[in-house]
Amino acid sequence: MNWTPRRKRFALILGGLSVLAAAAAFVLNAFQSNLVFFFTPSQVLRGEAPINKTFRIGGMVKTGSLQRDGTEVSFVVTDTAQDITVRYTGLLPDLFKEGKGVVAQGKINAQGEMMAAEVLAKHDENYMPPEAQHALDQAAKARAAQSVKP
Amino acid sequence: MIPELGQFSLVLAAVLSLLLGILPLWGTYRYNTTLQALARPLALLQFILVALSFACLAYAFLNNDFSVKYVAAHSNSLLPKPYQFAAVWGGHEGSLLLWMLMLTGWAAAVALFSQSLPLVMVARVLGVLGLVTVGFMLFILFTSNPFDRLFPVPADGRDLNPLLQDPGLVIHPPMLYMGYVGMSVAFAFAIAALLSGRLDAAWARWSRPWTVIAWAFLTFGIGLGSWWAYYELGWGGWWFWDPVENASLMPWLVGTALIHSLMVTEKRGSFKAWTVLLAIAAFSLSLLGTFLVRSGVLTSVHAFATDPTRGVFILIFLAIVVGASLTLFAWRAPQVTLGGSMGLISRESFMLLNSVLLVVATGAVLLGTLYPLIIDALNLGKLSVGPPYFNLVFAPLMVPLLFILVPGTIARWREANIAEMLMELRWVAAASVVLAIGLPFLWDSWSIGSALGIFLGMWVALGSLHNMVERLRKPGRIGGSFWGQHLAHFGLAVVVLGITGVKSYEVERDVRMSLGDTVSIAPYSFRLVDMVDVNGPNYKATQAHVEVFKNDKLIDVLYPEKRRYFSSAMPMTEAAIRSSFLGDLYVSLGDPIAGDKPSWSMRFYHKPFVPWLWAGVLLMVSGGVIAALDRRYRRRNLDAQLKTVGEAMSNAA
Repeated sequence: MNWTPRRKRFALILGGLSVLAAAAAFVLNAFQSNLVFFFTPSQVLRGEAPINKTFRIGGMVKTGSLQRDGTEVSFVVTDTAQDITVRYTGLLPDLFKEGKGVVAQGKINAQGEMMAAEVLAKHDENYMPPEAQHALDQAAKARAAQSVKP
Repeated sequence: MIPELGQFSLVLAAVLSLLLGILPLWGTYRYNTTLQALARPLALLQFILVALSFACLAYAFLNNDFSVKYVAAHSNSLLPKPYQFAAVWGGHEGSLLLWMLMLTGWAAAVALFSQSLPLVMVARVLGVLGLVTVGFMLFILFTSNPFDRLFPVPADGRDLNPLLQDPGLVIHPPMLYMGYVGMSVAFAFAIAALLSGRLDAAWARWSRPWTVIAWAFLTFGIGLGSWWAYYELGWGGWWFWDPVENASLMPWLVGTALIHSLMVTEKRGSFKAWTVLLAIAAFSLSLLGTFLVRSGVLTSVHAFATDPTRGVFILIFLAIVVGASLTLFAWRAPQVTLGGSMGLISRESFMLLNSVLLVVATGAVLLGTLYPLIIDALNLGKLSVGPPYFNLVFAPLMVPLLFILVPGTIARWREANIAEMLMELRWVAAASVVLAIGLPFLWDSWSIGSALGIFLGMWVALGSLHNMVERLRKPGRIGGSFWGQHLAHFGLAVVVLGITGVKSYEVERDVRMSLGDTVSIAPYSFRLVDMVDVNGPNYKATQAHVEVFKNDKLIDVLYPEKRRYFSSAMPMTEAAIRSSFLGDLYVSLGDPIAGDKPSWSMRFYHKPFVPWLWAGVLLMVSGGVIAALDRRYRRRNLDAQLKTVGEAMSNAA
């Protein structure tokens, strides 16, 4: 085949586009399988959260629920309506405190406890993780709706 | 009085920037050289006024003037002096003022160091920078005035966030901002070229040193941020794929594509439209980064305040910048001529692939950063995209990029000879493969990932060395841009080797420690010998004394701390690190654990090759600086010729 400049340019553009398309397909695929969804404790107990898939829960750390056994810790995350026990191995973040907001990421085990791979409490003492705030708001809304009912 | 002076000079600077944005550009339109000549003095004057304003704010901080709201919120009389000064940019308003200082500083630098540029070009570049400055001036004056007063005056300030009380903070934001804002210079050159209708080699040549130096600052800023997170956040991570980090990584990726594309435009006259688009994208992503960090849509240590009007303002500004520049592009692009022809395998085609890979990587990061925000804004639920996604996507894009880097540096322009290139690189390839297979055995664990990482790192490092040795064997003066290029590539290789080492061989131990307990990470062991209380200037701390042994020989004592600052209830983990050429030992102190004898949770790391990350970044930065200072960019006689040609053409236009 005779590579005229025109053909060369065309081949280059075609090559570039196919690299681009392959990369885009690959990126979107990776994206799809790595989204981590967020659920409130109430949603988890209603069975809306996926089994065997990592997700996040958020809420307050229930006062008096923190237990330590060496570096294994367990605590209860509540949205004031429902509670979920979270188990975690490792050092908790500096701003982790009972009665404060927290977000945990992990999977639910057979006992309905979350085996957390990550516990997040962010950089500022006054800051409430938006997910945790969201969970509390949802529970408050649900309660308000109930009390209106006759 | 002093704060009012600062406020006044800031307003005056805003007026000057408006004049700078209008008069010289009007002058280029009307062929009025008097108006064009106003650009330089206006740019210098506005910089002096912003600097004065910045000095006033710094004065208020250093003199504990808590009647200024911003000072009261971010400083404290007990805060050590250097941190009082750094606190000037420890919050939203002050960091925006720092941003303005940088922006007008870049404009002043262009005014001073552009003697070889035709006047009409200087007028256009400074005019565009003036317009950008106007946008930020309106932002700071209307939504984020750092000089607002507070009444009644509090007795003391609320103190700086303890995380930010650190030498890293003193230099990280200024460097990062220099990079972010520097991209506006590349943008201004691109817009100026579009306005003139002349996208040519001369434009690329003028733009290159500015873009490269901005890129070097951005690289340094990102590296410092990573270093700060590593030792200050206390948990041994150096990159979290946090949206705020992504906000700085995106302009860096596009900026990297831009400096390579500019080279093709200068040498071969090709890729012109693409280069302009990259310049627009780099600046837009800098603005997007500002939006993400400053608007409060993200919550992190960088998001100082959540004020929706600020977010809306930046979003509108971003829309105007992107909209106006793309419109201008659409109007001018059809006049752009195509450059010289290029072969299927040539320096140009490698550069094209480099651009494509970097832009796809940017797109992937952008998707992962923005998607959760958009879904949340549309009330479709809450979700997050974590490090697994970014790692999964990033690595496969960087592997081919690193691979083509070496042939890209030796390929000829126009048409490269594959057989010749294979011949030239055979030793480099053979050595990299042998090292990639052999080196992991030194750590007793061989994995495909570590072998691939070492291969790519060695391939780039040896490829750069090969280029330097080959060049030294030829006669003639070697320019700064040659050394800069290969030094930066070599630095990248060092970073890749560092990442491979720490990812493949790091060891972590989370343990409960009582006094006298020992934990070991072969060949090291750590013994907790004491726990004492320490008083700092504005905090109290619990400090652990940890003896470090290597093969049972005492080599060091580390002092990790848990600090409690007086002004906030927030505890801080202060890690202790022992660095050496081959890696770090990293100890952080957790919480006390209740029990019959006192014990604490502690974390011990062996992090091999982490110092290579910082060394590699420094090499890349030095490479950028050396390349930007190349005498070629400042040669008078050649530029004088370009100047006459340039003026003749702009007069004809």
